[in-house]
Amino acid sequence: MKKFASLLTLLVLMLSACGNGVTVDGDNEGNTDDASEATETVAPEDMTIGLSLSTLNNPFFVSVQQGVEGVAKENNSTVKTVDAQDDSAKQQNDMSDLIQQGVDIILVNPVDSAAIESSIESANDAGIPVITIDRSSDGGKVVSLVASDNVAGGEMAANYIIDQLGENAKVVQLEGVPGASATNERGEGFNNVASESLDVLDSQTANFNRSEGLTVMENLLQSHDDIQAVFSQNDEMALGAVEAIEAAGLSDDIIVIGFDGTDDGLASVEAGDLSATIAQQPEEMGKIAVQTAYDYLAGKDVEANVASPLELKTK
Amino acid sequence: MSRKEDTQSFSFVNWLYKLGPVIALIVLIVFISFFNPNFLQTSNLLNLLRQVSTNALIAFGMTFVIITGGIDLSVGSVLALSSALTAGLVVSGFNPVGAVAIGLLLGSVFGLISGFIITKGKMAPFIATLATMTIYRGITMVYTNGNPITGVGESRFIKILGKGYLYGIPIPVIITLVVFVILSILLHKTAYGRKVYAVGGNEDAAYIAGINTGRIKLSVYAISGFLSSLAGLMLISRLNSAQPTAGSAYEMDAIASVVLGGTSMTGGRGTLWGTLVGALLIGTINNGLNLMGVSSFYQQIVKGIVIIVAVLLDRRRND
Repeated sequence: MKKFASLLTLLVLMLSACGNGVTVDGDNEGNTDDASEATETVAPEDMTIGLSLSTLNNPFFVSVQQGVEGVAKENNSTVKTVDAQDDSAKQQNDMSDLIQQGVDIILVNPVDSAAIESSIESANDAGIPVITIDRSSDGGKVVSLVASDNVAGGEMAANYIIDQLGENAKVVQLEGVPGASATNERGEGFNNVASESLDVLDSQTANFNRSEGLTVMENLLQSHDDIQAVFSQNDEMALGAVEAIEAAGLSDDIIVIGFDGTDDGLASVEAGDLSATIAQQPEEMGKIAVQTAYDYLAGKDVEANVASPLELKTK
Repeated sequence: MSRKEDTQSFSFVNWLYKLGPVIALIVLIVFISFFNPNFLQTSNLLNLLRQVSTNALIAFGMTFVIITGGIDLSVGSVLALSSALTAGLVVSGFNPVGAVAIGLLLGSVFGLISGFIITKGKMAPFIATLATMTIYRGITMVYTNGNPITGVGESRFIKILGKGYLYGIPIPVIITLVVFVILSILLHKTAYGRKVYAVGGNEDAAYIAGINTGRIKLSVYAISGFLSSLAGLMLISRLNSAQPTAGSAYEMDAIASVVLGGTSMTGGRGTLWGTLVGALLIGTINNGLNLMGVSSFYQQIVKGIVIIVAVLLDRRRND
């Protein structure tokens, strides 16, 4: 114990003793406005785009990547892709690696809106403009957020359930990664409508993950025997839920609505397993993000919020 | 060949194996900088060292544990729980310096609890820390309700821990080096350090020789917990928030670093210096392959292959 105490005192002493040499990232925040303003224009063929994705273990973000790389290839831009594997700390390392390489612009799909803030500040300090994709950042200077209107999508899903089953239908909600803006916004949109006109029995997180969607749905089926509809905040969880419902032999009694419109999700809608999905167009989102980057680095004005299209897909 | 020459050539080979990890690191650095000149820039090297510091601290603690013949799978969960509790204190207006001290103390206590289950409960370290790993993760989820705790960056002290620089050198790097020096002295120059090796080399012999083996084991898990929480404190500063899922699978990189550094998984042998080199190797693989634009899928394969090669070399060294 004595050793810990002395180690601790040493660290604290060290930090406080040499106070005058200490600086902190983001200290020169005053200058960042000049630094991150695109003063010189960069042509697409000379452009190196850094793309930091939350995970490539999810088909949605693979589609975003394909969209980005497709447009970039047509225009002869270079893309450097890094994959955070859903770990905020790894994403921070990825972001600093991109900053080190001196890319012209960073497109980032944050793992977590709060945790990404300091990376975006570092990019601001280095004078590299940042565009966020699908999820926003809580801070730092961001050129644009390219995302679907998730609130509207959530409302769309709730209204679809009302159309199908009438008011006061009994629903459960499978939520995404806690704290992610997509989770908050889709939930908000859904609850806007559902709190008035639907009977929400339960809301549980399955972290946007198919296997968790399966187990969480199994548990929900154990605790509620009167579920009529499931709103899942993404298709992956919805597909897991469909498996659980099929295994329980309740496919005819429960409708499942997904969100995202991934290839698997759309195929499942076609097959009649998923009742509907609120389709985002991730590839489109990636394309729009690159186009926004081109516009910005060509000196054009860009919107702070760029909406990527959404569509209700049913059989 | 005379007998003398024979021992000399043997010691040369031995020496070569001993330097194996360092040579691997140098080869890797030359290879990466050949493909990407950005790698050797001072700013990237400092960036790399800062990235390595989290894993290095955890791996230092893991070295103590593994030298006693144990393993600590709970490091990532201890990191998450202690940093969530610290962040909770800071956000509720508690003095940040006090909150950090409490966080470090709690981290040590969490490690101590694992050690207690292992020694008093006579449970295999793998099982005991597997259990505490999920318990601590669960408590973290309950405490944070699954949401990140934000707003810790309001405090300058917290900011400095992870994002600060002292004369241009990142604070996490300085903390890691200071901890490295202190722990090296503790492990390699004190009676306590010799006891740690003795427990791992032959626990019964150590016990008969009058070493309180239970207390030594307790202490290494406390050290591991302390260092995990220290790593967590640097992370909450860098991420400006405490993440409930922080530290998942960090035990893997830590164990890999220890093994790469030549520490024997059966205990009794290993050095902190080796672990530092091992952590640098793992960090260089991550950073270098990122700079080279290698897909993360391949990065995982490369990491695994490097570990296998290192352990094969290690085994030859022992033969």
